[in-house]
Amino acid sequence: MFEFCTDPSTLDTIPWLGCYLTNGAHLLFYRSFLVVFALLALTAPTALAFGFAAAAASRSHIAPLAWLGKLYTAMVRGVPDIVFFLFFVLVLDQGIEYLRHQIVCPDWTEDIRQGANFLVCPEARTPSGNAPQWVHKTYGFALAVFTYAIVFGAFCGNVLFGAMRAVPRPQLETAEAYGMSRRQVFWRVLVPQMWVYALPGLSNIWMILIKATPLLFLLGIQDIVYWARELGGSRTSAYQYPHPDWRFWYFLGLLIFYLAFTKLSEVALARLSARLSRGQATAAGEEMRKAAI
Amino acid sequence: MKHLILTASLLALGAGAAAAQDVVRMGTEGAYPPYNFINDNGEVDGFERDLGDEICMRAELTCEWVTNDWDSIIPNLTSGNYDTIIAGMSITEEREEVVDFTQPYIPPASSLFVAMAEEFTLEGAVIAAQTNTIQAGYIAESGATLIEFATPDETVAAVRNGEADAVFADGDYLIPIAAEDDSLMIVGEPVQLGGGVGMALREGDERVAAFDAAITSMKEDGTLNALILEWFGDEAATW
Repeated sequence: MFEFCTDPSTLDTIPWLGCYLTNGAHLLFYRSFLVVFALLALTAPTALAFGFAAAAASRSHIAPLAWLGKLYTAMVRGVPDIVFFLFFVLVLDQGIEYLRHQIVCPDWTEDIRQGANFLVCPEARTPSGNAPQWVHKTYGFALAVFTYAIVFGAFCGNVLFGAMRAVPRPQLETAEAYGMSRRQVFWRVLVPQMWVYALPGLSNIWMILIKATPLLFLLGIQDIVYWARELGGSRTSAYQYPHPDWRFWYFLGLLIFYLAFTKLSEVALARLSARLSRGQATAAGEEMRKAAI
Repeated sequence: MKHLILTASLLALGAGAAAAQDVVRMGTEGAYPPYNFINDNGEVDGFERDLGDEICMRAELTCEWVTNDWDSIIPNLTSGNYDTIIAGMSITEEREEVVDFTQPYIPPASSLFVAMAEEFTLEGAVIAAQTNTIQAGYIAESGATLIEFATPDETVAAVRNGEADAVFADGDYLIPIAAEDDSLMIVGEPVQLGGGVGMALREGDERVAAFDAAITSMKEDGTLNALILEWFGDEAATW
């Protein structure tokens, strides 16, 4: 990156480190932090949407819909994350290929399952076998986002379901007394008021989501854990920057990153909670009212 | 007008997809210097990078490099995540059953033991080796205790921190490591394993012939030997 970096073996410790920490592999390492942020930015709203749908379905008066909502939250909440991640991504990937296989090549006679292999016809491969690498990477990432959203959506669903029940019943009765329909009560009275009850639970899920991002590594995505292991491993002079096993320092770096990130989230969530409590008939809202007098 | 632009851009996308039709994705591990590794610029580098690029040029194929963990490198080839394995993989009968190999591009090489102390007997020792390698298979049948690791680097780390008595791997991988670390030394006798290193493709993939022809032409004009000497040193076995 810098001009003096052309021959690192002649450098002192400080400039050597300066060159080392800005070499191409490290730039990829820094870019992989963006992968983590992108995952969070995409997963959080999707999971919230899944959770909202699940909570709304669980409250439904149509029995099958309510069962579906409850089954989804109970099932996903009950399966260990790591099992779900390893299993569901595989099922999703193979499921998509199987469906496309049935549509695209109905005349295929060979077995799809051959021992440990899952072989669909070449046209049904998703993404197509000869697509460039970035398509495969994006597809893998999209599968990961979807899986995270399913898992954390179930947790959100449970929290939102509880929050909806925590909204004082008289509020809803008053709305009904004014002649609002069920739908109107739900959207105009229940939903705006439930967030403050949901926030402690949701902020917990957000923290867990942050801490679950290293699971990306398990899905074969080159995230910060992948690069920390890759860069921290000992290097011989086949490399420009030989060094002994430095994984300790790289993983320490990740630890500090996650601590700082969760701390920052905590501060932001505390502010949001204060903002939402304003004027609410909750303990926090009541305290704010008294303090203002 | 809007429709026209949209159609035009869709056509352009289609053309881009068509041009990318013949991408051959070369799967490698990226953690086994000097065979293949991720260099300081974050790119795949090493003997197999140079070799693969040359082969693709001679076979007139567009190639892209993909890295994948060693322990799932064969399943991911058969399921189509990439099209070839070019990762220091020795040709063995068991692997022949699930993939098709090209002819070898590295002659059968010797595997070595590296340990912290000179005295070494294989019997009863704890040996570190990488999962699913011919070296791990050899240790499992030798009467020594085998501990397996996912990456080559971890096998050497296990010797350094005393978890294993010795590491057993390809000589070409271990020689530079032993040479640069005073506490590590080559012990015991070299062992000849495998039938040389070749590229693996899915069973029935017709591109094997194109790769074979390219490797033959590299053997004939001496470029392959020059590459082997460049990456593995003057004492490496050549064709």
